[in-house]
Amino acid sequence: MSFSRRVWAIARKDLLAEWRDRESVTAMFYFAFLVLFLFSFALGADQALIRGASSGLLWLAFTFTSVLGLSRSVQGELENDCLDGLLLYPAQREAIYLGKLVGNFSSILVVELVILPIFAVLYNMDLWAQLPKLMVIAVPGTLGLAAAGTLLSTMTAGLRAREAMLPFLLFPVTIPLLLAAVRGTEVVLHGEPFELAVPWLKLMAAFDIVVLVVSLMTFEYLVEE
Amino acid sequence: MTGRGVERALGLLAALGLLIGLYAGFLYAPPDGVQGEVQRIMYLHVPLILVSYLAFFIVFVASILYLWRRRDRADAIAHSSAEIGVLFTALAIAAGSIWGRPTWGTWWTWDARLTTTTILLLIFIGYLMLRALVDDHSRGAVFSAVLAIIGFLDIPIIHMSVVWWRTLHQPPSILRPGPSTVAPEMQVALYTNLAAWLFLYGYFLAKRLRLEEARWELNRLRMENLG
Repeated sequence: MSFSRRVWAIARKDLLAEWRDRESVTAMFYFAFLVLFLFSFALGADQALIRGASSGLLWLAFTFTSVLGLSRSVQGELENDCLDGLLLYPAQREAIYLGKLVGNFSSILVVELVILPIFAVLYNMDLWAQLPKLMVIAVPGTLGLAAAGTLLSTMTAGLRAREAMLPFLLFPVTIPLLLAAVRGTEVVLHGEPFELAVPWLKLMAAFDIVVLVVSLMTFEYLVEE
Repeated sequence: MTGRGVERALGLLAALGLLIGLYAGFLYAPPDGVQGEVQRIMYLHVPLILVSYLAFFIVFVASILYLWRRRDRADAIAHSSAEIGVLFTALAIAAGSIWGRPTWGTWWTWDARLTTTTILLLIFIGYLMLRALVDDHSRGAVFSAVLAIIGFLDIPIIHMSVVWWRTLHQPPSILRPGPSTVAPEMQVALYTNLAAWLFLYGYFLAKRLRLEEARWELNRLRMENLG
């Protein structure tokens, strides 16, 4: 079987399991909704304030939410020794990492797509026309978040304090990515010329490449016995 | 010279250097033309931050070596250097904050280099927490090595992102091409203190490594005699 088919087989397994119980996507979606809902109390009804803070808000909701999904995804592998089974699977370790990454990336992106209209309604914003541009920002942002998260959640999975440790490790490392995503989203939401978002896109690309390369080179060490 | 000999020599040099550094910083160097006496905190702030960057660079190199060769010594160096780096960075930020209050008029500001350094500190606090939480020693070593590599390579990206975000810091005065704008007495004071803090880093590192070796020895004896 070719490398890409192996990656796809693992991603498909994760997505299928997720589709069958929809447990983690539902939890992520509801959590993101709560975050957005609660933020509106902090900001009040001041429309200018909301517009200024909106892209940061949106990405905070995405980030908090992704932590939920990431830790559940790897936790599922530890239950019933699924990880050992996965390691017996005749594939390079990189295929396992990429497969998990595709699974994580897809579920986070799906939650984001559901959250966007709710965000638009709650904060009274017209996102529909901006959607393609928003996706140009959201995809590399989510990819970096999922790439770093897949690697780091593998480390924190077996720990006693895993729920706390994943954000402790993930948030500081992903700050440049989040900063770039927030600024890029701001350019789109405020209707500024899209060229202003290009440096931030490049920054996200640099982050994604560094994290992907290091992850592919080191993942085998993390799962070895 | 034995390990302990090196350690003693480093300790002695650090103690001497810090004494001379205090003299040079407080008495020998003239007060700053603009900032006055407050500027003297630079002789603490700048060496601390430069030595912490060095400490984290050593963590990075030792981590790669550990993943590659699997020598416990490389891991011990990474762990020890990270501990010292976190301590020195925290002190550097505290000193900078005290300096910032009279000169920038604020204890804290979201300036680019300050923000980058704080994120660096957060990443390596996470590194130490991860080490403390993983029970299996060699797994913990591998995990933290990977985290150190990601964290270190992240620094230039973090720096770019916060520079574009905002900047206020005065440009670096020493690590800059072109003619120097610092009075020679000030340079002497700065370099003396830098050397002293480097020796202190070396002393801490040597002591910390000897502690780690004692721990291995204890484990070995325990295995031998208690089965």
